Amino acid sequence: MTKGSVAQIESMGLVDGPGIRTVVFMSGCKLRCLFCHNPEMFKLGELNYTPVELFNKIMRNKPYFQKNGGVTFSGGEPLLQSEFIIEVCQLLKKENIHIALDTAGVGNGNYDEILNLVDLVIFDIKALADDSYKQITNNNINESLKFLKKCQKLNKKMWLRQVIVPDINDNETYINELAEFIKSLKNIEKVELLPYHTMAKDKYNKLDMPYRLKNTVDMNIDRCKKLETLLRNKINIH
Amino acid sequence: MEILNKFKGEKWKNEVNVRDFIQNNYKFYEGDENFLVGTTEKTDKVWSKCSELLKEELKKGVLDIDVNHVAGVNAYDAGYIDKENEVIVGLQTDAPLKRIVNPYGGTRMVYSSLKAYNTKLNPEIEKIFPYIRTHNQGVFDAYTEEIRKARHAGLLTGLPDAYGRGRIIGDYRRVALYGIDYLMEKKKQEWDAPITCDMSEDIIRRREELTKQYNALKEIKDMAATYGFDISRPAQNSKEAVQWLYFGYLAAVKENNGAATGIGRVDTFLDIYFEQDLAEGNITEAEVQELIDQFIIKLRLVRHLRTPDYDELFSGDPTWVTCAVAGVGENGVPLITKTSYRILHTLKNLDPAPEPNMTVLWSQNLTENFKKFCSQTSIESDAVQYENDDLMRPIYGDDYAIACCVSAMRIGKDMQFFGARCNLAKSLLYSLNGGIDEVKGGQIISGFSKNTDEVLDYESVKKEYFRMLESVARIYASAMNIIHYMHDKYAYEASQMALHDTDVHRYMAYGVAGLSVAADSLSAIKYAKVKPIRNEDGIAVDFEIEGDYPKYGNDDDRVDNIAKEILSKIYSELAKHKTYRDAEPTMSVLTITSNVVYGAKTGSTPDGRKAGVAFAPGANPMHGRDSSGAIASLNSVAKLDYRNCCKDGISNTFTIIPNALGHSLDEQKENLVNLLDGYFVQNAHHLNVNVLNREMLEDAMENPEKYPLLTIRVSGYSVRFNRLTRKQQEEVISRTFHEKF
Repeated sequence: MTKGSVAQIESMGLVDGPGIRTVVFMSGCKLRCLFCHNPEMFKLGELNYTPVELFNKIMRNKPYFQKNGGVTFSGGEPLLQSEFIIEVCQLLKKENIHIALDTAGVGNGNYDEILNLVDLVIFDIKALADDSYKQITNNNINESLKFLKKCQKLNKKMWLRQVIVPDINDNETYINELAEFIKSLKNIEKVELLPYHTMAKDKYNKLDMPYRLKNTVDMNIDRCKKLETLLRNKINIH
Repeated sequence: MEILNKFKGEKWKNEVNVRDFIQNNYKFYEGDENFLVGTTEKTDKVWSKCSELLKEELKKGVLDIDVNHVAGVNAYDAGYIDKENEVIVGLQTDAPLKRIVNPYGGTRMVYSSLKAYNTKLNPEIEKIFPYIRTHNQGVFDAYTEEIRKARHAGLLTGLPDAYGRGRIIGDYRRVALYGIDYLMEKKKQEWDAPITCDMSEDIIRRREELTKQYNALKEIKDMAATYGFDISRPAQNSKEAVQWLYFGYLAAVKENNGAATGIGRVDTFLDIYFEQDLAEGNITEAEVQELIDQFIIKLRLVRHLRTPDYDELFSGDPTWVTCAVAGVGENGVPLITKTSYRILHTLKNLDPAPEPNMTVLWSQNLTENFKKFCSQTSIESDAVQYENDDLMRPIYGDDYAIACCVSAMRIGKDMQFFGARCNLAKSLLYSLNGGIDEVKGGQIISGFSKNTDEVLDYESVKKEYFRMLESVARIYASAMNIIHYMHDKYAYEASQMALHDTDVHRYMAYGVAGLSVAADSLSAIKYAKVKPIRNEDGIAVDFEIEGDYPKYGNDDDRVDNIAKEILSKIYSELAKHKTYRDAEPTMSVLTITSNVVYGAKTGSTPDGRKAGVAFAPGANPMHGRDSSGAIASLNSVAKLDYRNCCKDGISNTFTIIPNALGHSLDEQKENLVNLLDGYFVQNAHHLNVNVLNREMLEDAMENPEKYPLLTIRVSGYSVRFNRLTRKQQEEVISRTFHEKF
């Protein structure tokens, strides 16, 4: 049987998709984003759940899902464990549970089956240009664009997210580029700019990993909000 | 009885039956909150005067004490705040916030309170004190050595043996609906009914109590007359309905100083009068809201004279004027009226405040409009608690209310014998230490030997623990029987019982504290390796834990089932004992703020909690141990069995930071509604909801003057944050704040 590696389960996620959600953090990720706040999930951990075990755990929270809540697979990069997630989703679908996938789109290349099962894709834009994407994630942008294309082709509902980091992308020029890019996409229901924060520094210390943005301060929340409003006005999605 | 002819129904006209009146006449309101209005000029004037007085009281601790009278329904002259602007009148004494001297519970309490505030009794009054036999004297004359020890050690704490027991809800609505004369006549008829059996102690007591009730009704009428009102007849309009009802309540808090004296469930009842007057054009919405605002102001001014010790146990001068709103009728139609909204709206019109203790009777079948309105009120005020109507209605029907925090009773038909609580965590230590107190030393309970194992063995620890619970239950039940026997005898609540049916159903309301500590301790012993560290006398004073163990609050059956088993054991033991007046035994999992004091009195426990550290409040998981998110935490608490075991309530306090609840207010409102629906659909009982940031509380601790109105919910009631003791503030801040990273 397929087993999955789950780093953590948050029983009450209220910001990763609509309503009250159980957020399953899958471990393992190919990207090494400068601002990543879950570095403990870089590596694939112990295979600690069978699909049924995870499904049962999620079902405990079903009473709270009501009309709009559900499950969000996040991480790490959930697409790296798509086989496991597919098995869980097949069980969840029988219970009519809403499924969201919070991803950067960098998995193992096989996305049709999993995308057919999820109701919403929350897609992390890291950067728009090849070079800055590489700089931020230490990876090539193509894999994520391939995934995005697949979502578009399958008409998936999408939320887009972009972390805003001081001195990296907190400028209107970038927001304009972002707006143009988003305008070229369809089925976008929501766009969120997330202010970069330094709360993960401790985690890096504990894991004995270098924190690469050590000279960067927290993104000002009001400024981020302003940029978000600007962006939303430009693309007319609120 | 002119107005009564306008109302429908027959049954309630021939017998005292408020429920029947409500069911025949109330108008279910399905709309939203947009009809609500602000305060009137009169209310503003009255409230601003009160605000000044409240500030002064906060500085001084107690504003004033009436040392020239002794508590009684009609012992004081009429008092006013701002006579020409008060549309609802009546104060406990002749001036606002001036406290009553009530010696009937015990004179020691009176003397130490007066001493704490540098006041002396009028010598003329003091002269009569030696001739008043008090509840406290009676209790201590009868207490056994064992009970005294258990009380002293903190195994039993907060017992109502030195002041009024409270938790009785008179059906104050009866005063408005029937007028006092009719109620007196009914009591007289019962007194006059021929006695066909032997004149037993029960019958004699019943007759004496009926007379006391009858006399109290007369006193209520006389008291109202000092304010210029004749309440011998039924209320004829909206204003009279509120005023009459309030006089009924006022009598209760003049006569008694019980810890918790709730107002009951008045929203739907009063709404009937309002709707009638609105329809006839006799009143405007602004005037209706004015009545409610001013009624609520009065409830906010209720005070009792307490000692500083008491304040440490229950901080912030709480009086638990618990006010239940909404719920659903037995026919499935919600009991939501415009007045359910109006009452909650006072938290905005006046300001967020701890009293009255706003309690929404939550049902899956409340309207979406009302649910969202409650949710918004919670987010903005942190002053609302929720209790599961779908769970309580099948037991209590649809005309029950809540006393104190979580105790449900049918209004006018049930009363309870309040029993504070026993310490489950300390009981566990006693079972390890041969019944010797781990903090104070001394043999508290006999018949147990000290555990000498190097590593604690689950099965044998549990066996001895459960045997210890049998002893604790026996002592606790004895204490309760003595307390309530004496309370009935020396401090009978005649004015409140007069507003009950004569043959009431009684609950013996036991309680427990330290559930999460006890459950986690057993779980640690079972799943990790726990080695006691013993002093030279062989008493376990600390514990070494190797390895991890499942902790209550993470929706993990391995430990949640232990918590359930402990509750089931203690309850079944308590229920084995005969109770005074054949009261039905019930039990609550509730600590109020006393979890801090319980913790202070309890040594280190096998779960890793150090000596003196506060327990979690009520049924909450221990601080910071519920690490799987809020819902896992709620799910653990929801497993505790209300119906079969904890019918007096299971209190859970939940704190979430605003940003974690959602980005916009609309999202937050909806998420909170879903959260409540999800929690209660699993038969959970109670939830206090706080939506606030830890940083704000930390700031409020350092700069209290910046947050004069900051109100938060603790276990079962609300409190102004700046009125908590430093220790309690620290405990609140150390609690789990659910946040998403």
